[in-house]
Amino acid sequence: MSPEFLLTQLLNGVQFGLLLFLMAAGLTLVFGIMSFINLAHGSLYMVGAYLAALTYGRTESFVLAVVAAIIGLFVLALILDRLALAALYRRDHLDQVLATLGLVLFTNELVTVVFGRSPPFLDIPPALAGTVALGGGLAYPLMRLAFIAAGVVVAVGLWLLIARTRVGMLVRAGADDREMVDALGVDVHRLYMLVFALGAVLCGFAGVMSAPLLAVQIGMGERILITAFVVIVIGGVGSVRGALIGSLVIGMSDAFGRAYIPVALSQIMPPQYSDPLGASLISASAYILMALVLLFKPLGLAARG
Amino acid sequence: MKAPLLRLTAICALGLAAAAAHADVKIGFLGTFSGPAAALGQDQYDGFMLALEQKGGKLGGTPAKVIKEDDQLKPDLGVQLMQKLIEKDKVDIVTGVTFSNVMMAVAKPLAASELIFVGSNAGPAPLAGKECNANFFFTSFQNDNQSEVLGKYATDKGFKKLMLLAPNYQSGKDQVLGFKRFYKGAVAAEVYTQLNQPDYSAEIAQIQAVAPDAIFAFFPGGMGVNFIKQMSQSGLVKKVPLLTVSTVDGTTLPALKDAALGVFAGAAWGPDLPSPTNAAFVSAFEKKYKRIPSQYAAQAYDAALAIDSALAKTKGSTADKAALRTAMRAADFPSVRPGFKFNHNGFPIQDQHVFEVAKDAQGRVSLKKIATPLPAHQDAYAAECPTK
Repeated sequence: MSPEFLLTQLLNGVQFGLLLFLMAAGLTLVFGIMSFINLAHGSLYMVGAYLAALTYGRTESFVLAVVAAIIGLFVLALILDRLALAALYRRDHLDQVLATLGLVLFTNELVTVVFGRSPPFLDIPPALAGTVALGGGLAYPLMRLAFIAAGVVVAVGLWLLIARTRVGMLVRAGADDREMVDALGVDVHRLYMLVFALGAVLCGFAGVMSAPLLAVQIGMGERILITAFVVIVIGGVGSVRGALIGSLVIGMSDAFGRAYIPVALSQIMPPQYSDPLGASLISASAYILMALVLLFKPLGLAARG
Repeated sequence: MKAPLLRLTAICALGLAAAAAHADVKIGFLGTFSGPAAALGQDQYDGFMLALEQKGGKLGGTPAKVIKEDDQLKPDLGVQLMQKLIEKDKVDIVTGVTFSNVMMAVAKPLAASELIFVGSNAGPAPLAGKECNANFFFTSFQNDNQSEVLGKYATDKGFKKLMLLAPNYQSGKDQVLGFKRFYKGAVAAEVYTQLNQPDYSAEIAQIQAVAPDAIFAFFPGGMGVNFIKQMSQSGLVKKVPLLTVSTVDGTTLPALKDAALGVFAGAAWGPDLPSPTNAAFVSAFEKKYKRIPSQYAAQAYDAALAIDSALAKTKGSTADKAALRTAMRAADFPSVRPGFKFNHNGFPIQDQHVFEVAKDAQGRVSLKKIATPLPAHQDAYAAECPTK
């Protein structure tokens, strides 16, 4: 395998990792700080993508689509928080799982009613169409490079927010000891709302950035949500740094697994065994990784001590 | 809690009973109407209902009532709903069925009921071969057909080095098998991806590294949108012929538009097939639903026409199963596919075409027929079917 192929897979891994990070960052904060399991997190991602497709369809402007998804998700998060979720924060996890699963089904149906069953159209913005030659006959789509750039900017921004601001300090404190923050007189519900809205906006951003790459369809969020949960377990619940590490680990293992596992297996066994085994191993790789991490670092890779 | 539920059930039952009193022939329509693959079931239903509407709500001159059920792409739920249609609703004919796994699951209760079944999409191999049933008819195609025609096309074109991609599940493997049945060149690589995988960047890098003469791909539904979008973004669609099955069709083209231009598709039906029935069907469908019909809509439209023709012969009676079966077998209806007829296993003998995604006369992205590598084609399993 050529170095260009290696570079392509490296970029693929980073790109998928950053998509997972956008999802997992919100998820880990909401889970870590609010101890709230939100299965509807994936639905927020889907809504972001649909809002983007709708805006793009009307205005043909990708910038407006990004703005619409971010504002739309922020508003949606506030509404959801008021209407449904605030009542659930103090309930146990089973109630939260059931209620947010209901929300997933509800959102899926609502999107079906509003947009129909076929995936809507969203093209790559012309400025980001085309490819960049990597040499050796390999080319890399500009849109994916843009995704990586945007993901890096968000990751850095999030780090600054969490590590350098007062709000970030409260968020970190909340992740470590919720009761103590509450006892010190911080308005915990406002903090919750903020964290939830931040998570939703990140989701919306993930949705709008993936929309040109992926099919905008009902149920697109559920699949990635499962992987995002794996990411936060690997990284350590409540840690944004952990979410970033976990995302990149899963992204890389996915990209390199898909590229090399089938080839490696086909060299040691006949194709009728290696093809299905390879495909199964790739699907399972994220969970195998999670099991290994849980075995050796049960609190996640980012956990101290 | 219990009383309102009972009342509701009672009302529903009354409603059903009242409806049943008016309709003379009851059609059970089982399809997939929820989840990511729901567009297929919806198109089947719309195509069927369009034909029914054109016939003034009658099939074979008898008022028809369609009872629609959503199997949610779950075989166990499909079986329950099939039993409900057969035992509770007491339908006379069953049609629809979107996916093969549901089809295989409902085949048993269907066979036991001895009802006439007219499938309008799923066409699994066992039902075409050893497990065929004289009461089952399929206005779609046997699953392998669309890949077979592409295999023949690839051979005709002289492609020597192919790369095959499909999701890692039964249908994916069947499609690859169907393709290889007619493709005589070498296979450089076979890649099986995860089912419902959204991202194909790793596979696309492999394609670039292998540099095949052409690619064969089977990615139905949303997977197809993902795959084609990403192929197009990598600039590969313009460089390497991309032969696809169930990947670019009426349900995914609206989401892909120009990104799919130049992609090839194997199918038995396309909107530009030259037949008067087809032209009328396409324009009526577009007028009613404001979109280009997909092959699923066309197949279901034919299912309705087939039932209509059979019931016309039996004067609306479904009591004499043998007479109805013979009338169905005759396929005496103006199909949207010229030359359509039923084989002895209930599957079609029909032309299999290759289409290219291109702009139609109105500038919309659609399918354009470019070749008919397998005329009057029958499936590979018919010989194993004992039905005469």
